[in-house]
Amino acid sequence: MNPPRATVRAVRMWYWQRLSAMLMTMFVFTHLALILYAMQGGLTAAEILQRTRGNALWGLFYGVFVVLVSLHGALGLRAILLEWTRLGPAACARAALAIGAVLLVLGLRAVWAVTLAGA
Amino acid sequence: MKPAPTLSVEIWRGARHGRFERFDVPRRDNQTVLDIVTYIQRRLDPTLSYRYACRVGMCGSCAMRVNGVARWTCRTHVAKVAKGPLLRLEPLANMPVIKDLAVDMAQFFDKQRQARGQFKGLSGRGEPVARISPDSPARQAADAGIECIGCAVCYSSCDVVGWRPEFLGPAALNRAWTLVNDERDVQQGERLLAVAGEAGCHACHSQGSCTLRCPKHLTPTASIAGLKRRTVQALLSGEAP
Repeated sequence: MNPPRATVRAVRMWYWQRLSAMLMTMFVFTHLALILYAMQGGLTAAEILQRTRGNALWGLFYGVFVVLVSLHGALGLRAILLEWTRLGPAACARAALAIGAVLLVLGLRAVWAVTLAGA
Repeated sequence: MKPAPTLSVEIWRGARHGRFERFDVPRRDNQTVLDIVTYIQRRLDPTLSYRYACRVGMCGSCAMRVNGVARWTCRTHVAKVAKGPLLRLEPLANMPVIKDLAVDMAQFFDKQRQARGQFKGLSGRGEPVARISPDSPARQAADAGIECIGCAVCYSSCDVVGWRPEFLGPAALNRAWTLVNDERDVQQGERLLAVAGEAGCHACHSQGSCTLRCPKHLTPTASIAGLKRRTVQALLSGEAP
């Protein structure tokens, strides 16, 4: 018996939202730990850039973080739009996809600017 | 002699459009909310419509909203829910009102059918009874959910049903979960398909209103979480869905 594609898609979206949430907890904690560490002895743009400029590892870390945030945020917004607005499923998906794309572009651009752009 | 204290009861009259009507009902010891409604219908206004049958918490027909909260009224003492001299009674939410306190529960029961809430076995009457260990995890999971009386208190309390009218709801999904754990049942694939997706278990936010309000102290939230896990396992392993 072949499952309807809409059902498979809905289960996949649910799965990816949960998976991205689980992964993000690790990223959030690492990010918070980094902030606490970086705060010691004041906080300046120069100091931050010194740490991140040319550092591919931080670039990768925050790059993946941005991807997860965009995915998780878009999936969550889609569900909120479906429940709280009168938009149809297709319109909700398009709106969520657009917001996800904006988050992705802005986020990756920022990551690029503080890491590899100055290398 | 001091006059007996009275309770001021506001009851919804009408269908989708209507208004609250106020009645004064004498307070009695150990009075239930159903006693109040019955008093009004018998003594004050025989045109009041409401449902009840067993009066002992078995049939699930007397549920309504009491001061905004869905409850089984035959087992709800007035003293527990009316802190002051006021009681407001409304029909259950998320279903069309037929009249006064009676709602049309067709969609509630239809969704149990849509969620494959029926048992379907292969063995006939002549064959030996299947031996299921009472200790097996599946039997215990089924046990946790089978005491549902179909009162629709969970369905009325569920925000997701209000937002997505096609959502199957806690009772239907809880019923499906008991059958997913019934090793004699032969329509497991179809059932997982029926409960998966946006009208099914994956629309649930695990807010837990169903579990909080269930008069039988069942945990539909846990049943729905079980269905989510099982459907994702089926997807990842290539089975339906």
